[in-house]
Amino acid sequence: MMRAYAQAVSARRARVMLGAAILLVLIAMSARTSEVDLAVFFARIGSVGDYFDRLLRLDNGQRVWTDLGEWFWGLGRWSRLLFDTLLIAYLGTFLGAIGGFCLCFVAAENLTKSRGLRFAARRFLEACRTVPEIVFALIFVVAFGLGALPGVLAIMIHTVGAMGKLFAEVVENIDMNPVEGATAAGASWTQTVRFAALPQVLPNFASYALLRFEINVRGAAVMGFVGAGGIGQDLVESIRKFHYADVSAILLIIIATVMVIDLLTERLRHRLIGAAR
Amino acid sequence: MTGPLRHSALADRGGLERRHPRIFRPPPGPRVATVALIVGAVGLAICAMWWLEFSFDRIGSGLVQLGYFLQLMVPPSHGGKLSHYLGALAETLAIAFLGTLLAAVLALPAGVLAAKNVVANRILHFFIRRSLDTVRGVDTLIWALIFVSAVGLGPFAGMLAIAAADFGAFGKLFSEAIENSDRKPIEGVVASGGGELHAVRFGVLPQVFPVMLSQVLYYIESNTRSATIIGIVGAGGIGLHLAEEIRTLEWDRVAFLVLMILVTVAVIDFISARLRFAIIGRRVAAPA
Repeated sequence: MMRAYAQAVSARRARVMLGAAILLVLIAMSARTSEVDLAVFFARIGSVGDYFDRLLRLDNGQRVWTDLGEWFWGLGRWSRLLFDTLLIAYLGTFLGAIGGFCLCFVAAENLTKSRGLRFAARRFLEACRTVPEIVFALIFVVAFGLGALPGVLAIMIHTVGAMGKLFAEVVENIDMNPVEGATAAGASWTQTVRFAALPQVLPNFASYALLRFEINVRGAAVMGFVGAGGIGQDLVESIRKFHYADVSAILLIIIATVMVIDLLTERLRHRLIGAAR
Repeated sequence: MTGPLRHSALADRGGLERRHPRIFRPPPGPRVATVALIVGAVGLAICAMWWLEFSFDRIGSGLVQLGYFLQLMVPPSHGGKLSHYLGALAETLAIAFLGTLLAAVLALPAGVLAAKNVVANRILHFFIRRSLDTVRGVDTLIWALIFVSAVGLGPFAGMLAIAAADFGAFGKLFSEAIENSDRKPIEGVVASGGGELHAVRFGVLPQVFPVMLSQVLYYIESNTRSATIIGIVGAGGIGLHLAEEIRTLEWDRVAFLVLMILVTVAVIDFISARLRFAIIGRRVAAPA
C-alpha cells in the first residue's frame, strides 16, 4: 500500500512539476514578446509610486485634501459631463434592451422553430457582443462625427448582443405549459409571446437591464477617450496634459458615481426579483 | 390554428367571464403602474436624445457613411502588414497573460486578508473590501491611460493596467473562495497534530487552489479581450494598429484586424474552457 501511495504521489508531483515548467516557459516567452524583463520591471515600477504621489498633490505642491475647493475646481463642468455620461449609458441600455428584447424570442430554442432564423439571430448577437464597444465607438466616431451619438450607438450594439443572449437563456428556461395553452387556444406567435412567455420573463429582463445599465455606466465613462462623449473626454485630457489633481478628482467622481449606481440598482434588482417570487 | 378548444371557449365566453372576473377585468393598479413606468422610460429616453443633441440628419448621413465603410471592408485584407499584425497579436496575448498572473500574485495576500474567516476584525474587513471595490470600479482603459503616462507607452503599461484592473476582482474572488472553504479538513489536520502552516497547506490550499486556478484562467480569457483594446490609448498590442487603421480609413485592414481578434478570442475561449474543465472536473459558472 505504501508503494501504491508513493507512486500516486510521485505521479501527481510529476504532473504539478510539468505544469509549473510549462507556466515558466510561457512566462519567459511572454516576457520576451512584451519586452518586459525583471530589470525593466523594477526600474520602472518606482515611477508608478511617484505618479500616484503626484496624483494627490495640487499644483502648488500641497496635498489635495488641504484645499477641496481648488481640488474640485471644475465640479460644475464635470458634473455636467457626468450627467451626459449617465444619459449615454441610459440611452445605450434602453435602446439596446429593446433590440435584445426583440431578438431574444427569435434566438430562443423553444419559441422559434425555424433553425435558419435562430442561427442567424444567434450569430448576429454574438458578433454584437464580441467586438469590444470601444472599437465600435472608434468606427462610429469616424462615421457620425464627434459627440455622444457614436457613444450611445456603440453601447447600444454591445448591449443588444449581451442582453439578447441573456434574455434568450431566460426565455429558454420558462415553464412551457402557458405556451402550450396559448397555442392550443389558437394564439398567433406574437400572442403566444405576449401572453405566455412575457409575464414569466419580465422581472428577470428588468433585472438584467438594470445590471447592464450598471456595466454601461462604466463603459460610457471611457467613451470620451475616443471622442464619443461624456466625462472620459476631460479625463483623457487631464491625464495627457499632466494635470494631476484634476485626474484624481475626476477619477474620484467617477468611482463615487459608479458605486452609488451599483448600490441603487442592486436594491432595485432585489426588489424586482423578490416581487417575481 | 383553430382548435376545438377555441370554439368551445368562445361559445362559453359569457360564462367564463362570469366565473373568472379577475382575469378578464384585472385590477387597474398594476396596469397603471406598468404604463407609467413605460411612459417614464420612453420620456426619459426622448429627453436624453434631446439633451445629447441627436438629429435625424446626423444619424442619416452617418448611416450612409457606415454603409460605405462596410462596402470597403469586403474583402478584408492585411495590406502586406501581416507579420506586424501577428507580432502585435502575440504581444496582446503576452500582456493578457502576464497581467493576469501579476494580478493573481498580488491579489493572493489581499484575498487572504479580505476573507472573513481569516481576519475577523470587521472594520479591517470592511476597509479592505471597499478598497478592492474601488480598484475594481476603475475601467481597464482608464488604468491603461494612467500607466501610459506613469511608465511611458508600450506593453509594460498595458500589463500593469490589466494587473491593476484585475487585482480588485481577484482579491474579491479569492477571499470568497477562502470563505467558502470547508472547515472540516482544517480541523482534521489540526486534530492529527498539524501546525497552523500545515492546516493552510493541507487543509485550505487543496480546496481553494483549483477554484483560484480556474478563475485565473477565466480572467486570462477575458483579458485577451481587454488587451486587444488597450492599445488604443498606447498601451501596446493589436489595439494600436486597429486605432491607426481606423483613423487612416483603411477599412479592409480594419475588417481583417477585427476578424483576427475574434478568431483569437474564440480560440483562447475554447482552450481555457477545456483547461478549466480539466482542472475543476466540472463546469463552473463564470464569475459575473
